[in-house]
This record gives sequence, structure tokens and C-alpha cells, in this order.
Amino acid sequence: MSPQAAGLLQLTALIAALALACRPLGDHMAKVYSSDKHSRPEKWIYRAIGVNPAAEMRWPSYLRGVLAFSAASVLFLYLLQRIQGSMPGSLGFSSIDPDQAFNTAASFVANTNWQSYSGEQAMGHVVQTGGLAVQNFLSAAVGMAVAVALVRGFARSRTGELGNFWADLVRGTVRVLLPISVIGALVLVACGAIQNFSGIHQVGQFTGGTQEWNGGAVASQEAIKELGTNGGGYFNANSAHPFENPNPLSNLFEIFLILLIPFALTRTFGRMAGSLRQGYAILGAMAVIWIGFTALMMWTEFAHRGPAFEIAGGAMEGKETRFGIAGSSIFAVATTLTSTGAVNSFHSSYTGFGGGITLLGMQLGEIAPGGVGSGLYGMLIMAVIAVFIAGLMVGRTPEYLGKKIGTRQIKLAACYILVTPALVLGFTAVAVALPAPADSMTNSGAHGFSEILYAYTSGANNNGSAFAGLDADTPWFNTTIGIAILLGRFLPMVFVLALAGSLAEQRPVPETAGTLRTDKPLYAGLLVGTILIITGLTYFPALALGPLAEGLAS
Amino acid sequence: MTNNTVGSTARVLGAGLRALLVLTLVCGVAYPLAVTGAAQALFHDRANGSEIKDPHGRVVGSSLIGQRYDLPPKDGEEAPAADLRWFQPRPSNGLGTNSVNTQYALLLSGATNRSGDNEELIRWVKDARAAVVKDNTTATYEVNPADVPPDAVTSSGSGLDPHISPAYAKLQVHRVADRNGLDVRKVRALVADHTTGRLLGFLGEPRVNVLELNTALRGLTEHS
Repeated sequence: MSPQAAGLLQLTALIAALALACRPLGDHMAKVYSSDKHSRPEKWIYRAIGVNPAAEMRWPSYLRGVLAFSAASVLFLYLLQRIQGSMPGSLGFSSIDPDQAFNTAASFVANTNWQSYSGEQAMGHVVQTGGLAVQNFLSAAVGMAVAVALVRGFARSRTGELGNFWADLVRGTVRVLLPISVIGALVLVACGAIQNFSGIHQVGQFTGGTQEWNGGAVASQEAIKELGTNGGGYFNANSAHPFENPNPLSNLFEIFLILLIPFALTRTFGRMAGSLRQGYAILGAMAVIWIGFTALMMWTEFAHRGPAFEIAGGAMEGKETRFGIAGSSIFAVATTLTSTGAVNSFHSSYTGFGGGITLLGMQLGEIAPGGVGSGLYGMLIMAVIAVFIAGLMVGRTPEYLGKKIGTRQIKLAACYILVTPALVLGFTAVAVALPAPADSMTNSGAHGFSEILYAYTSGANNNGSAFAGLDADTPWFNTTIGIAILLGRFLPMVFVLALAGSLAEQRPVPETAGTLRTDKPLYAGLLVGTILIITGLTYFPALALGPLAEGLAS
Repeated sequence: MTNNTVGSTARVLGAGLRALLVLTLVCGVAYPLAVTGAAQALFHDRANGSEIKDPHGRVVGSSLIGQRYDLPPKDGEEAPAADLRWFQPRPSNGLGTNSVNTQYALLLSGATNRSGDNEELIRWVKDARAAVVKDNTTATYEVNPADVPPDAVTSSGSGLDPHISPAYAKLQVHRVADRNGLDVRKVRALVADHTTGRLLGFLGEPRVNVLELNTALRGLTEHS
């Protein structure tokens, strides 16, 4: 079988597995977020937090919960890294410098997992397992909570109430993320991912002498790293490291985990909004973009244009033998179209166009299918923009799911889609104009520009993958990327929750013959077009200077 | 800001902190310990790194982690020369260097992150190709440069790739047989034994595990 055909079969198997899993999981999540029952352990947790999980919150209180919880998390994770050097369980590693500790704390709390450190030689057991991996769960649960609050905004009427943040946070963690992670971690161990606390120890090697391994709770971190679309690797090489991703089966399984919740949430949305077909329209738009990007990526990587790859006879630089071109391409697209940023191959060594596809995937706003929670709310914002554009074309007041999209709603949606491009392009422009940041580049010319554009795109969109030639462990990059990460995560959440509040207050508009049918393929097509045009217009000039210039020159 | 809003901000921050601590116990202590317990009970060897042993029972490394097969470094040499008795792995030009916490000679991972038009990468690929052709050409066997597969001249993502392609293994058979005084057919059969196909016919790529192959090869040389 040719590698291309095997790659298509892998993609087909992945689609089949997702199709089977998304229905039950989507329905389960709809139940989790609609139920008014609390399990006994959950009641203990609420008592420890000191909150009443049944108290409904309007959007400002919901937002205060999100921000307070995240602020506490950033502070805790920052301090944990700062005192690592004097803590037991740290493998003798020293404390992390303030700028890097801030960057890492912001990054993991914001579901980004940008890493300017090298895992195996910087972070001990306590920080990895008790700090970083914990945020893999909690940042994902926060994303899901905000998405569910927006869905409630569409589903509820004549109330400003969006649910209880603490209940959503706890339920998402213990009823969705934890059970799947336990199973996922054990599957990964069965494939060969390590799971021990043996620390740094010596192992014999073939030519005599020994090598030193850094053991750790790798599989348990790996499972939630993919499932929660986080992406922060235990090791420097991330999911390319054989102890994180040992074989082709674990590879496909990790891609499956990345895409599972984001796709399943469309079903949850359909259930909670009272029309499964509305969920399918969103799912269709996501799937079309994802499959299209994957096909393009396979095409350009198999074609291996670029001087070094043509001499080598294939684009295998930065890719593992066991995954090959296809298994690497499918992973690269899944990780950049979600907010994951885990890598099983190094995007900086992709072909010019291949690197461009990873960049564009993030620039779409990571909505196809997007991060856990953030993918759904990002896509629903685009859905609002799409009905607005359609409304302008036919001259009717736009509505979506029975809610009027008026001035306030469209202002909030517009603010949402302006935040990340402003951060990405602004910071990139400043970094390129200043003399010092450019010293961090490994490659020169168009690719060097792409390294910086990639860094801010990845940070502001909360992805976390990198054109890792860039030496990002400098005070400049640690600080500015950290700021881009925080603003790129929490400002959009403000607009989403404000929008949710304004929608929940409305009374529903009755559907008429003139209402745009947003549960039809035609609308899904309009949505895809809207996304591509808005992103294209925003980022085309920057992409032309980077990956397009590199791709066309090779 | 009134006292009231300061008070309510403090209250919600306190709730946030308590939520974080409680959930840290669940996700950062109970979860990893439970998974470790189950993993150690069910998959003890794999959870500890899939170590493999030679026929004498000595641990020679992990079947998942690539190694170098080099001669002992000579004085004044920048990089040790490859020990051509053994099958050679892929290049690894992007491994990290032990830095801040250098009290360890730790096994590090890393990619080169060089782009396709990077001058250094172009030079590495050209040099690696020339070396592969030169090293593997024996008195009776000449390597055609067009037969050198891409994995033989490029660094992997982890720098610890335990595998090479069957094409690269095949290309090394004559040299390895020659250096060890073994019959070419025997070495070829050994490679065939250690070639893994795609799982279920479509998952991953065909590959050869270099450490397992070299361990078996050493067994062969010791017996003959």
C-alpha cells in the first residue's frame, strides 16, 4: 500500500471513530450540564469551596467566577515554579526565573501551553504533576463552562441567568474530563507511554555505559494534554517523544482525543438548544474545514517542495519514522485547528505551504473544531456574524436560534473577532521592528518572519505550538507572549459571556417564512465562506510575507 | 470602589483559591496516583520504559528510545565516529544541551527546527548523504545515491527515533555483514525478522527497530 493510501485510511478510521463517539459523549455532556443532581463527592467539593451550586448567576457574576478562579490559578502556578528549587520532589531542578514562570503560568491557565522551557530539564514531578497537569484539566473545564453558558444564553429566554460557574467547572472536571483521562492514560501506557515516579535514573545502553532517563507521570499528563486541547509536553519533544507517543496506534488515539470533545460539543449544543440539526450545521462547517486542511497538508508534505527536502527525497526532517508523513500531517492539522499545540513532528521543518497551513489553522480562530469549549463559542460567534451578513444581503433583521441579532449582539461579536488579530499583528509588528527580538530567530528571511508571526499567533489564539527555532526564553518573548496569551483568552470570554447574557434576556422571535434556516447545508456553506473570508482579509498580508513567500520560492 | 465591592471581590477570589486547591487534590494527586497504580499493576514493563535486555540479561536500553552506535571518542575529535559494525540510526542534529540544571547528563530530546531553505540543513543533508554512500559501499557492493532514503539523512522530531525505514536497513546490510564477517544472507534475514509492517495494514509506516536489530546482531556475532 502506498503511504498516501495508508494515510487516507488512517483519516477514514479517525472519522469513523469520532462519528461513533461524538453522539453518546455529546448527549452525556448535555445531561451533565443540565442536571440538577449533585453526587456526594461533588457536594464535598462545593462545601470545601464554600459555594451554593444551585445559585443561578447573571453574566457579570459568571465572569467574576471565571476571572477569580483563573487569577488564583496563575498566582498559584507562578509561585509553585518560583519555589521549585527549595521543594522536595523537584529532581534537584532549580526555581524558574520570574519572566519564564509568568509566561508558563499564564500559558497553562489559559489553555495555551506555550512552553519556553524544556520539560525534561526544567520541571520536577511536583510542578509537572501537581501544577501543570492540573491546569490541563481546569483550563479545559473553564473553556467548556463558558461555552455552555453561551449555549444557555441561546436556549433560555426572559432571564439573565446563565447557570452556576462553580457547578459547571466541577462537573466538567469530574464527570467528563477525569473519567475519559483515566481510560485514555491506561490506553497510552498499554501502547508504551511511561507512568512512574522513578525520577532521574540510569539505564544501561548498547555500547556500554549508561544513559540517564527522566521518569514521571507521563501517560496521565499526556491523556489530559490531548483531551483538554492543552498541548504542553512532559518532554521537550512533546508528542514526538517515544515515551509520550510510542507507536502509530497511540498516535491516532492522541489525535482522536484532541478532536473528541470539540466535535462532541456540537451535539451538546444541538441538544441544549432544542434542535439537533442546528448542531449538525455547526458540525458540518467544522468538519469541512478540518478535512480540507488535512487533505491540503498531506498533499504539500508528500510533494516535499523545498531545497533540503528535495535533496533528501522527502520531507522527513522533524518527523518520526513510525508516524511517517501521513500520521504527522493529520496530527499537525488537528493540533492547530484546535487550541492544542501538542506536536508529533516539528512544524518549523514542514514545507513552506505546510507551515502556512498550520499558521492559517490557528488564525481561523481555532474553531474547526477548535479548543475544548473555546471552539464551540468561537464558532457560534462566527455563526452570529454569518447570519448578520446574510441579513444584510436580504435586508432583514438577522436572527439566530430565535434570538434577534441586534446592535449590541453584533458589537460584542465584532469585538470578539477583533481581539486576537489585533494582538497577533500588533505584537508581531513591534517585535519585527525592534532590534533584539530578531536575534532569537534560527532561520533567516521569510521563514524567520514566520517564526515570530507563529509565536504570537500561537500565543494569542491559545494554541501553544511553535516554529520552535525561535529562542523564546528571553524576557521580551516571555513577557509579551504571556500578555498576548492572557488577553487572547480572557477578553474574548468577556464578550462571549456578555453576549450570552444579552441573549438570555430576550424573548424568542417566532420563526417565519422569511427566517434564514440555519440548520441547512446552505447555511453551513455560508458559515465556512464567512470564516475563510474574514480570516483571509485579516491575515493575508502577513501570510504573504512569511509562508506564502517561502512556499512560492521553493 | 466601595467596601462592598472590595469585600465581594475578596470573597470570590477566596472561592477561586479554595476551588483550585480542592481540584488540585483531585486532578494533581488522586488522578496521577491512581493511574500510576493501575499502570504499574497492569503494564509494569511498559510503564517503566520498555527496557530490553541482551541474551546475557544486561539491560541495553529501551526499545522505544533511539541510541547512538559510535566508537569511543578519540582525543581532539568533535563528534565521535560511527561504529560501522552496527546498524546506524537516523541523524539527530537537534538534541538539546544540558543547561541550567546540568548536574545531570540527562537524555534530552529535540528537533533541529530548520526550514527547507535553511543553508545549514541543506549542508547537513548533503553531508549525511555522502557519508551514507561512502560508509555503506563495500568491495562487493556499491550504493547508488538515489537509493538513500529520506530518513537516513534527516533528523527526527524527538531526536530519539528508535526506528529506521526498511530501505535504510537494507542499504546497510552489506556493510554490516562485511564488518562482522557474516554472511549477507544471514544479515538480510535478520533485518527481515526485525521489520515491522503497518499495524492492521494501514497504521503508521513500515520500520525497523535499530536497538532490537543490533542486539540480535550481537547475539549472532557472539555465536559464530
